Amino acid sequence: MPTKIEKDAITGTETTGHEWDGIKELNTPLPRWWLYVFAACVVWAIGYMILYPSWPSLSGHTDGLLNWSMRAEIVDRMAEARAAQKTFYDQIEASTVEQIQSDPELLNFALAGGRAAFADNCAPCHGAGGAGAKGYPNLADDDWLWGGDLETIYTTVRYGIRADNEDTRVSDMPRFGADELLEPDEIDAVADYVLSLSSGKPIERGADIFAENCAACHGEKGEGGREFGAPRLSDGIWLYGGDKKTVVETITNARRGVMPAWIGRLDGSTLKMVAVYVHGLGGGE
Amino acid sequence: MNEAIQVEDAVSSTAGGKRPLYAPRVPIYPKRVSGTFRRIKWIALVVLLGIYYLLPWVRWERGVGVPDQAVLIDMPARRAYFFFIEIWPQEIYFLTGLLVLAAIGLFFATALAGRVWCGYACPQTVWTDLFMWVERVIEGDRNARIKLDRKPMSLNKAARKIAKHATWLLIAFLTGGAWIMYFNDAPTVVRDIFTLRASETVYFFVGLFTATTYLLAGWAREQVCTYMCPYARFQAAMFDEETLIVTYQDWRGEPRGRHKKGQSWEGRGHCVDCNQCVAVCPMGIDIRDGQQLECIGCALCIDACNGVMGKLGLPGELITYDTEANQKARREGRPPRYRLVRPRTIIYALLLVIAAGALLWGVTFRPSLEINVLRDRSPLFVTLSDGSIRNGYTFKILNMTRRARDFTLDLSGVDTATMKVIGLDEAQTRRVHFAVKPDTVASYRIYVRVPRAAVTDEQMPLNFVLNEQATGESTIYRTVFRGPGE
Repeated sequence: MPTKIEKDAITGTETTGHEWDGIKELNTPLPRWWLYVFAACVVWAIGYMILYPSWPSLSGHTDGLLNWSMRAEIVDRMAEARAAQKTFYDQIEASTVEQIQSDPELLNFALAGGRAAFADNCAPCHGAGGAGAKGYPNLADDDWLWGGDLETIYTTVRYGIRADNEDTRVSDMPRFGADELLEPDEIDAVADYVLSLSSGKPIERGADIFAENCAACHGEKGEGGREFGAPRLSDGIWLYGGDKKTVVETITNARRGVMPAWIGRLDGSTLKMVAVYVHGLGGGE
Repeated sequence: MNEAIQVEDAVSSTAGGKRPLYAPRVPIYPKRVSGTFRRIKWIALVVLLGIYYLLPWVRWERGVGVPDQAVLIDMPARRAYFFFIEIWPQEIYFLTGLLVLAAIGLFFATALAGRVWCGYACPQTVWTDLFMWVERVIEGDRNARIKLDRKPMSLNKAARKIAKHATWLLIAFLTGGAWIMYFNDAPTVVRDIFTLRASETVYFFVGLFTATTYLLAGWAREQVCTYMCPYARFQAAMFDEETLIVTYQDWRGEPRGRHKKGQSWEGRGHCVDCNQCVAVCPMGIDIRDGQQLECIGCALCIDACNGVMGKLGLPGELITYDTEANQKARREGRPPRYRLVRPRTIIYALLLVIAAGALLWGVTFRPSLEINVLRDRSPLFVTLSDGSIRNGYTFKILNMTRRARDFTLDLSGVDTATMKVIGLDEAQTRRVHFAVKPDTVASYRIYVRVPRAAVTDEQMPLNFVLNEQATGESTIYRTVFRGPGE
């Protein structure tokens, strides 16, 4: 409640009637146009609420007469973008992966599109940038299970490994331990031999076991067998781990990695772009 | 502060409806005046508006395919041109510097001479002044305008009002047009506007500025300064007792009152209550009430009063630019002192010089070349089949000149490192040659390979040294090479 209204001698305006530590405030009236602007804002707000989504209900919200929604906007924008890229998509559709790689403009587009598709579909297993993880090959290095040239990568992407597709790549490593094809001490010996292959100076022990059981797929000097997807054992890159214990486990129980077949799941252009992108990660042949 | 007349105890201010909550606007009819400060204001108006309207038309040759407008902010191409200076978006900090300079300049000017910005240079003041001049030309001076507004609508009144608003709209349209000419090539956009070929954005902004100029300078006028503008509220906080402000010398003017010819001036002040200072004020205030929020310091009241004093044979400067300290001194009979050079102004001047110097230095010694090296974050490093470690980098070169340039790129820091640049050289090497097209950002993928034995740490310093053979200009980008460590 105002206690003591005073009148300012100069302006004739009254004070509010309150005092704060000796400070008093003049109660100057607001200009009337402020009130009109405020009223205009209210009218605008009402109009806005009628036209656009505004009021929440228990399980949703009012839609507004214009039926505008952010999601619809995004869908429209995506369609616009797709339409704008149509020339590129058509060209990619009509070209082979080699042709895409040799055309700088198409390559640029394919790398960008490939990177996007890779992040959505491949990165969950192969890691961002193809970094890989235990059991999921590193796509950026120069070691390939099934082949690192462009056409081969394209085939792998399309048909997968041991996937649900009649053209998928399949191979079977025997379970030397679990199926009792080798004795534990034999497995131990061949594991030592395999580990010695990477150093370039293979040891004696386990060499003949290797030659009898492993060389057929993995190659005489462990250089790998790409028709079987048999890894190269003579380098420093290990898919499941290069310590003795893991190698023993690999020989004992074998490995059957699975990769989905992307044909049918991604459209033709995207498959080509992914292949080109993966080839360009640094290790393509 | 001043005497309070006690009205009533414990009564609500709206009780009895004595006073409206919202005050209707008091119409103001500023009278024509002539004098020193009016002349200064006209000169300022002509110069500032001249620059604003004519600058976009100035041409500056830059070469083929480059805009030839001297002052242009090219949004689609993301370049700003100011005569011989070309700014890239990465150099937006020059705009920051300019704004800092403007702010310090404002504080400096205000500390010296009060609200000189408000009274002479502010766009609101300049355009309102122009619009008021138009009004005076079409509708007549103050008394004529008051009479016209009181009369009922007639052909004469309608014709004058329509002519005035049409002229205002024309000026507003030119103002809006000039604005967008700073963002588009002037001759082209003018032609496009009138042949209806301009983009929606252009029409929108021309419309927006036409509307705002017309509303703010034609209708709102002094309401902007009193109620809308933030500068108005803190300008006064930048004064001190040594700032020159528009002052009514009340020790000389009071007690005021009408004066008949031949009367003595003994025992009374020089103010004859002619109210000319109130009549010419564009804000509609009475400067004799003292310093107040609404006074924009345009000094037209000084001109008006000086005119009247001259006619009465009295010395001028009853209203003048003076400092609070001096008024106090004069009132007490002491000699006045002008302390324009004082700690506050010295500090502002120093800051101004430093800021201007920094800006100038930055613009003069801008690098015409910028490199960015983005290290791959995933994977951090790749182990190759022969055991060596590889890191990937994306290398971007910004060639900010308008000529193609040749560079060599060298590795340093890790002696056994070699690199392969995709698209240039398929071999592993320690030096690469390449050219960058003018006014572009060139982007390259570089793979650096180091034998395993040489990777002694998880992170080793690696440098890319860029050399331009033609000029000998050299830049080093320092980054790291990562590996598995021990």
